[in-house]
Amino acid sequence: MKNLISERVADFIKNFPPFNILDSKSLHALSEEVLIVYKEKNSVIFSVDENQHSHFYLVHKGAVSLTNRSSSNIIDYCDEGDIFGLRPLFANENYKLEARAHEECILYGIPIDIFKPIAKQNDQVTIFLMESFASNTRNPYAKNQKGQLYDNEVEEKVTKEVVLPDLQLASYSKKLVSCSTRTTIKKAADIMSKKKIGSLLVTSKDLPVGIITDKDFRNKVISGEQPITASVKSIMTTPVITYPKNLTITQAQMAMMKSNISHLVITEDGTPNSPALGILSKHDVMVSLGDNPAVLVKAIKRTSRIKKIKQIRKSVMVLLTGYLEQNIPLGLIAKIISELNDTCIKQVIEISIAKMDTPPPVKFAWLALGSQGRSEQLLHTDQDNALVFEDVPEEDLPKTTTYFLKLSKHITKGLNIIGYEYCPADMMASNPKWCLSLQEWKNKLSYWISNPGPNEVLMSSIFFDYSLAFGERSLLDNMSDHIFKTVEKYPIFLVHLANGALQSPSPTGFFRQFVVEQDGQHKDSFDLKSRALRPLIDAARVLILSHSVKAISNTWERYEKLAELEPNNQELYLACSYATKALLKFRTRQGLANHDSGRFIKLDQLSKQEKMKLKRTFNAIKEIQELITLRFKVTSILG
Amino acid sequence: MGLFKRTPKILPDYWKTYENLFKDAKSKNFNELTFVVLDTETTGFSFEDDRILSIGAVKIKNETISVQEVFEIYLKQEKFNKDTVHVHGLLKNGNRKCISEILALEQFLDYVGNAIIVAHHAGFDIGMLNRALERHGLPKLKNTVLDTGIIYKKTLIKSYLLQPKSNYTLDELAEKFSISRKDRHTALGDAYITAIAFLKIISRLKEKKNFSLKYLLR
Repeated sequence: MKNLISERVADFIKNFPPFNILDSKSLHALSEEVLIVYKEKNSVIFSVDENQHSHFYLVHKGAVSLTNRSSSNIIDYCDEGDIFGLRPLFANENYKLEARAHEECILYGIPIDIFKPIAKQNDQVTIFLMESFASNTRNPYAKNQKGQLYDNEVEEKVTKEVVLPDLQLASYSKKLVSCSTRTTIKKAADIMSKKKIGSLLVTSKDLPVGIITDKDFRNKVISGEQPITASVKSIMTTPVITYPKNLTITQAQMAMMKSNISHLVITEDGTPNSPALGILSKHDVMVSLGDNPAVLVKAIKRTSRIKKIKQIRKSVMVLLTGYLEQNIPLGLIAKIISELNDTCIKQVIEISIAKMDTPPPVKFAWLALGSQGRSEQLLHTDQDNALVFEDVPEEDLPKTTTYFLKLSKHITKGLNIIGYEYCPADMMASNPKWCLSLQEWKNKLSYWISNPGPNEVLMSSIFFDYSLAFGERSLLDNMSDHIFKTVEKYPIFLVHLANGALQSPSPTGFFRQFVVEQDGQHKDSFDLKSRALRPLIDAARVLILSHSVKAISNTWERYEKLAELEPNNQELYLACSYATKALLKFRTRQGLANHDSGRFIKLDQLSKQEKMKLKRTFNAIKEIQELITLRFKVTSILG
Repeated sequence: MGLFKRTPKILPDYWKTYENLFKDAKSKNFNELTFVVLDTETTGFSFEDDRILSIGAVKIKNETISVQEVFEIYLKQEKFNKDTVHVHGLLKNGNRKCISEILALEQFLDYVGNAIIVAHHAGFDIGMLNRALERHGLPKLKNTVLDTGIIYKKTLIKSYLLQPKSNYTLDELAEKFSISRKDRHTALGDAYITAIAFLKIISRLKEKKNFSLKYLLR
């Protein structure tokens, strides 16, 4: 009796192991027999020593906690898509754990009588069950995915991860030309001329034993050391240095430097004991370096046309996509990409200065604010920037201001051309409010700190994440010192800033259920920026400011510094650092996939693992918000 | 009273079986009660002129719905109102297996038994069913009826900040309780959504100290 509801059930369970490996016939047969069980929060689903039920459970909505009797510790949470209560049914024993609805739940009760024969017929299901019982991970997602038992995708990703934190894979020539050890030198030279190649692989019993190159002819034959009738064995370079494929360019470069050679042999298993797949030459490395950051930086610096920079930035995006695919640590990706973005900005500024009739009258600094200031900007977003110039005699102030405003207009226009949208709030150096002399800035900062209304707090929070994009660092340091001194005088400011940091509601009630945006075009999406990233960013800012640490504007580096400064909170801070990186990577991936800023995430497009990963970061957010509430004695939490 | 009572007709056996179920008193324990949550799709909103197109229902016992035990039937139509096709998507000559109205009623009575009927804006569904019974010379349904539209409002009373609306649609309930609106506007799909909403409403009301079936009916 197939019906709508069984279809609904099948639709859900087919996404989760072990049901995801069932054929649709078994899946439907199973779905038609399911019980849909509703459990109120805190109600017991089964208790310790209770007789087995006739079915095990899959969480459809809500969360279930599993508790051990002896320790009364919650040993696991089951979340949407997790199964529990299966092992006792297979082992034919009473329940050893207590299962309780951690939240209001809808469970699917899956009858064991129907499931058992299906499981027996399907090897993969059996394997899944054996592994999950053996590893004692009821829920392979919990505990940092220690189990990783069923999902091949995960394992693949792990092995794919590059050992060296760098970079693209080197491409090598797969058209192998080889000769045997007994080939004469003359014959070998003929082959190389005919095939127009610079190196020849020497094999013995199909295994690579040596390489001869033009250099060997030069050094060992023409010098008269060996006659051309001798075998290649006498002049070849041996043993060959072998590597497996998936070698990165950096690895290749290092291998060549280390052994002072110019050719590597790629073999099937990476050792000289398996057949060769190809040869990687120094030349190949140079070619691969074409879209390498260093090369891009050079190209950017060489150009005097803003349009050209725009084109180069496209390659930056290609690079970024590649890095993410290779799962390179985000900290490193962000460094490289920010470095490239910085170079672009610097070049735009250089070009803009050249457009002015006269050089700048006094020293100045161009500040990157917000995400760019924090070096967390991987995708194109708005420009947030400001300009500060040296103090000048009062009578010179108007014309100096005019000069820098004009320069700023050139720069913001240039930045817009290369892909930075104008800031909708006009928080840009081309705005007279954001293009000030050092003294004017100091006055403004003092005002914000001593009169912290909501607007001032917002301004400060954007402004305090500044970093130097171009120009005179001492101007920036001067401003930082001023901020710290003023904050010391008005400690209440930190409370306001902390309060501001708590305005973004934490992303989850407890542990799960995303807060989904209620209305607007982003209905059913999760606002990653304001719900998850912003609380972390805001908290890091207020904490680092309270320690008067300057010149660290990047959020995860701030947390790393905080972990150093407060060893007792080390664990939390490191968790926050990790969470920030994880969320940012997430956002970048989403943005690249959807061609937008990645801010809004469609929940139904996430895989189970992605959801779990996201949710794990929420714990850190919740805890850091609690810490701030306590430390800064913020009383008015969440209006 | 007896004066106005209709002369008893000869009622079919299945009706007698149905009627006999009501002789035993119901359990006082709320968790032991059986609920049938139903929804009907109709050709329109007139009790006089419109007809039932399909009935979908699920049974709840001890907070559990068995997928095997759901009820879903489609009725043969003499009358067809093209204006409501876009709502329920049921065509006059669709591919569904359709049964006669009288057979549908017989099967429904067999399914529902003496369970407590739950429906969203129950008055309409019950009204349509009773008219259908009447057309075939049968008495009205004898079941206790709960309306999720009404009992939902009981969950809201404490909140003096929000003025409860006089009427909540099933869509609003689905949204409030984050129930997926998949299969909305099929009788069984709506019955399922109503069932989940019902369970959630009950769990919220259970905390009240005077909670009972009576309290829900009040």
